[in-house]
Amino acid sequence: MPLWQIDIYPAESEIDREGERTREEIHELGLSDAASVVFAKSFLIQGELDQSQVENVAQRLLADSVTERTVVGQAGSVQLSTAPSSAKAGVQLVNVLPKPGVMDPVAASTIGAARDLGFDVDAVRTMRKYWISGVDDDTFDSICRRALSNDSIEQVVAGPLEMEQLDVGAAYDFSLTRVPIRSLSDDELETLSREGQLYLTLVEMQNIRDHFVKLDRDPTDIELESVAQTWSEHCSHKTLAGRIHYRGVGADGSPGTDERQYDNMLKETIFAATQSIRKQLEDQDWCVSVFKDNAGVVTFDDQFHACFKVETHNHPSALEPYGGANTGIGGVIRDPMGTGLGAKPVCNTDVFCFAPPDTPADSLPPGVLHPRRVIKGVVAGVRDYGNRMGIPTVNGAVYFDKRYLGNPLVYAGNVGMIPVGMEEKEVKPGDLIVSLGGRTGRDGIHGATFSSAELTSESESLSGGAVQIGNAITEKMVLDVLIQARDRGLYNAVTDCGAGGFSSAVGEMGEELGAEVWLEKAPLKYDGLSYTEIWISEAQERMVLAVPRENWEQLEALCDSEGVEAAILGEFKPTGNLHLTYHGQTVGELSMEFLHDGRPPVIRDAVYDPPAQQPLELPQSADAQQQQETVLAILSSLNVASKHWVIRQYDHEVQGGSVVKPLVGPLCDGPSDAAVVKPLLTSKRGLVISCGMNPHYGDFDTYHMAASAIDEAMRNAVAVGADPSKIAILDNFCWGYTDRPETLGSLVRAAIACQDMAIALGTPFISGKDSLNNEFSYMDASDEKQTISIPPSLLISAMGQIDDVATAVTMDAKEVGNAVILIGKTKDELGGSHYCLVNDQQGGQVPTVDTDLAKATFAAVHECISAGLIRSCHDLSEGGLAIAATEMAMAGGLGISLDLQAAEPTADDQLGDLTMLFSESNSRFLAEVQPEAVQSVLQIFQQKGVPAAQVGTIAEDRQVQVLRGQRELLNLSTDAAKAAWQKPLDW
Amino acid sequence: MAAPRVLVLRAPGTNCDEETAHAFVQAGAEAERVHVNRLIDNPLLKDRYQILCLPGGFSYGDDIAAGRILAARLRNHLGDLVNSFVHGNGDRLVLGICNGMQVLMRLGVLTESVSAAGDSEPATLTWNNHGRFEDRWVHLGVDTENNANCVFLNGISHMYLPMAHAEGKFVAKDQPVLDELKQSGRLCLRYVADQQSTISDDIQDFPINPNGADANVAGVCDPSGRVFGLMPHPERHIDATQHPYWTRRKEQPEAGDGLAMFQNAVQWFE
Repeated sequence: MPLWQIDIYPAESEIDREGERTREEIHELGLSDAASVVFAKSFLIQGELDQSQVENVAQRLLADSVTERTVVGQAGSVQLSTAPSSAKAGVQLVNVLPKPGVMDPVAASTIGAARDLGFDVDAVRTMRKYWISGVDDDTFDSICRRALSNDSIEQVVAGPLEMEQLDVGAAYDFSLTRVPIRSLSDDELETLSREGQLYLTLVEMQNIRDHFVKLDRDPTDIELESVAQTWSEHCSHKTLAGRIHYRGVGADGSPGTDERQYDNMLKETIFAATQSIRKQLEDQDWCVSVFKDNAGVVTFDDQFHACFKVETHNHPSALEPYGGANTGIGGVIRDPMGTGLGAKPVCNTDVFCFAPPDTPADSLPPGVLHPRRVIKGVVAGVRDYGNRMGIPTVNGAVYFDKRYLGNPLVYAGNVGMIPVGMEEKEVKPGDLIVSLGGRTGRDGIHGATFSSAELTSESESLSGGAVQIGNAITEKMVLDVLIQARDRGLYNAVTDCGAGGFSSAVGEMGEELGAEVWLEKAPLKYDGLSYTEIWISEAQERMVLAVPRENWEQLEALCDSEGVEAAILGEFKPTGNLHLTYHGQTVGELSMEFLHDGRPPVIRDAVYDPPAQQPLELPQSADAQQQQETVLAILSSLNVASKHWVIRQYDHEVQGGSVVKPLVGPLCDGPSDAAVVKPLLTSKRGLVISCGMNPHYGDFDTYHMAASAIDEAMRNAVAVGADPSKIAILDNFCWGYTDRPETLGSLVRAAIACQDMAIALGTPFISGKDSLNNEFSYMDASDEKQTISIPPSLLISAMGQIDDVATAVTMDAKEVGNAVILIGKTKDELGGSHYCLVNDQQGGQVPTVDTDLAKATFAAVHECISAGLIRSCHDLSEGGLAIAATEMAMAGGLGISLDLQAAEPTADDQLGDLTMLFSESNSRFLAEVQPEAVQSVLQIFQQKGVPAAQVGTIAEDRQVQVLRGQRELLNLSTDAAKAAWQKPLDW
Repeated sequence: MAAPRVLVLRAPGTNCDEETAHAFVQAGAEAERVHVNRLIDNPLLKDRYQILCLPGGFSYGDDIAAGRILAARLRNHLGDLVNSFVHGNGDRLVLGICNGMQVLMRLGVLTESVSAAGDSEPATLTWNNHGRFEDRWVHLGVDTENNANCVFLNGISHMYLPMAHAEGKFVAKDQPVLDELKQSGRLCLRYVADQQSTISDDIQDFPINPNGADANVAGVCDPSGRVFGLMPHPERHIDATQHPYWTRRKEQPEAGDGLAMFQNAVQWFE
């Protein structure tokens, strides 16, 4: 069968945008300033086609007659390897194409569309073609590797492409594999665990061996894999849900005096806090389903509940930023879809932690992608999946720290709406096991790299199961039929296929009953998968349903009508066993009891001893000029700087529910505290989505870091109008290697803070997730092993509610002459602050939370907002009062003038100017109030015992002026402030 | 006359269908979301409807190019249906929003009766100048001079709506094509600087013209004025609180700027 190639170049009238972008990228990565690039996108098309038919495909389907031109030929023909006239002398050609088996959505769509037009197309692969000149051979080589391709999913062919066939998998010969585990010694068990990529501990391996000794037989490979998947850290959270003996610093600060013994740490801290809040609320309890389904569920209105889940996808994103983030968001969207009987996703959130983009390229450890590439890839991955799903990405944050270099963090969250009464599911005996959506392939088993022999064993085991590309449209189609099937009552239960694939999904759904699975029935992307690969493949965009037999025909017809594939994989049977067959032959049989309860408990020690507090040496006197420089430095620090380059790439308004957008103010460029979304087109009720995180505080004390993150998420939500008595929060712990007692100790201490804060504020956790062992190891130049551990990174995501979205408030200053009121208590808390960060200062007291005051403050702010007394409201966070005031003024295109003498009653005694300006004390807000409402507002705060004072007014002059009595502390034009704030990430 | 019925076309990857149907309902129409496969199975369904609306999204992933695959599928399987709305008895309307406009452009119905040299299409929608997806609110001015007759824009001089696309830059094959379309009032919706600005042919800077479109074109209609495609999203500005800085207003209007377009469509049948 002939293999054709179609190269598509920009027409002569057009700019070679991709060529230009690539040239810039080469420059930014420090690879070459002299390279010039000509780009073409290519399609390799295999099929019974002649030249004129291929030209027809090119013209009718692939190329644009106004802006593009094509070159068509059989692969390998000379016109394809002839440099275009726009290429310079000495040009070298390089082709980059996905490795076989890697998801190629454009190729899949092209096959469908070409066949629809009547062309006999057998296989398609897309390719990128670069003509590069102006560089020597070494540079060319590093450009290919570091700028043009990613080895984990793509292959690079320098020079003309010589390819005769697109391979599409080979037939599979069945043979049942048994693993003689009963005779293995402890050493051999450990070897098997490691080499078989089971990643189980010796004790766990011994448990499995003993189980099969008792059964008097050896396990098959699929049985062993099933156990390994179910017992994995990812699926069972065995460390944090395990036994932990904790010794930490006591309330009086003495080390080791806070000793706690947990049987299940998460259950006894975070989950226990939720239980206690629910008990207190009695019949006002608004939690519906917490810590048991794929997402946490709370009440919303009479007709709908709201659910929320945040996941991480860190390791995949480190290896392949686009694919990792792409499948990360794709995966978390399936969580609400797989909650109860299925929720409809209404918005996404995304939070990233990266190393600074200006990291010198020559300082990168081996195997590490440049942060710039990671950032661009991750943002593009989230963009392409979220936008295609038609789910607005409404909230997020980006944090920078050099410790995220080899191990960036990608948190992705999704909120869904589920009809009241559909929040529970129950698999019934006799229900069919039905898979819905994407086909099963090898992607996600041993990575997408299975057919490549060049990879080292190390990189293969690294990328095993990790590197995939998503296909958002498949998931969108699944969503479209899932909601229709749900509303027609066609199934009894649903869950998503995530980590562990069918193995985890069916294992979970059948836990109470038992299941029989006919593995050969799974639709495959290509031939050659073994029964075990089918079972554990983590191929994307799949859901598993429990369907009553009598509903199958209806479900199948519904799926057919929208082009979604559904297949019966087996049956849920009340046997208590998981029974796996392949063409009628048993390949595995495990008791559900052993699978789910047979894992020995993990027992760990945890210790925590926060570093002793160092004094912070502040300059004796600072003048307005120095403060101005500090403010500009904070505004242009990466954590604070405007994220508009990211935000505008996300569709944050699809579905029509946007009320408070991520960028606010008359020029749509001010940093909103939180998003407000109206999830139902016909109701005024709103959801408020926000987050809080500050990894810098964790270097001081993870307790206060966690408390501050919760406080930040809460005040962000409250600032736009959320009711603080009904905010649900989620925890995502990303930590280093928790086998180290000190690392685990810092996590347990953060969990204790979560427990304390949740109970004190009446703010329940409804779901959470952890990602441990986020470290990157490499051999340095002198062959010493170096390890970079990420800082403790706790993300708190909040979902609040607002009765009527028309009462929402934004942070941009509104009107000249309005009063500015500072709310909350300012303390000497500059430890970990952005003041210290930009001035390279150490020490100080890290911000703490006074929980009683925090609760009263949130309630009072909400009372004022609900009464319509507040025109704008902004929380004080990174950079403290100075930054919050500047942001309000610049977002509103106005000025602000403050006198800190008036703020003194709201602060600890005798705070210096710098502390007043830059302290990051929690639970504080700035509010803009019309002059006639000032008294009512101050009275509300006074009644609640919350410090508040009018500290200034909104001015017309686009200046931020701060006085303290007669002294001027700051005088800054908001135009300069905005320029500094927008520039660093204006890519 | 009874409320007109709107066929809101769904395809794999369509994702603005619900809010678009909602906008038509708010304007007084009846709207039904129908999957393209259902129409291919039963083309006679078309007779139920007076308005065909192609909403926004990423039809078939916008793989290959935005709107390309859905356009190919419509041309291949539903040519009669498209023709009956675009031409027929001249008594129906067609609206394409964002991805819907991209599909209408690929189908050639927006540039109908204009021809370019060679076998090239007269115009296309291509990548934004900066080469990536952008979500941003834009000011839009309506051509009120060149005998513009777009049904949907009747009585509207200015709108403030969000755009959210990667491939929305209108490019004409050559100047004669651009002139012909312009002089016949077909380039009826343009990006402008603000509420006070009138339309201009000189390409405005980013972000006024967010994608670099020729003559700042944001929307194009057919010669009859009944078939209209636009890149910005009128269905995302139906409520006052969808406006990006509604919190700055002391009084809220009853509706967002986009609703009038849908009301015009409904009123055309009265």
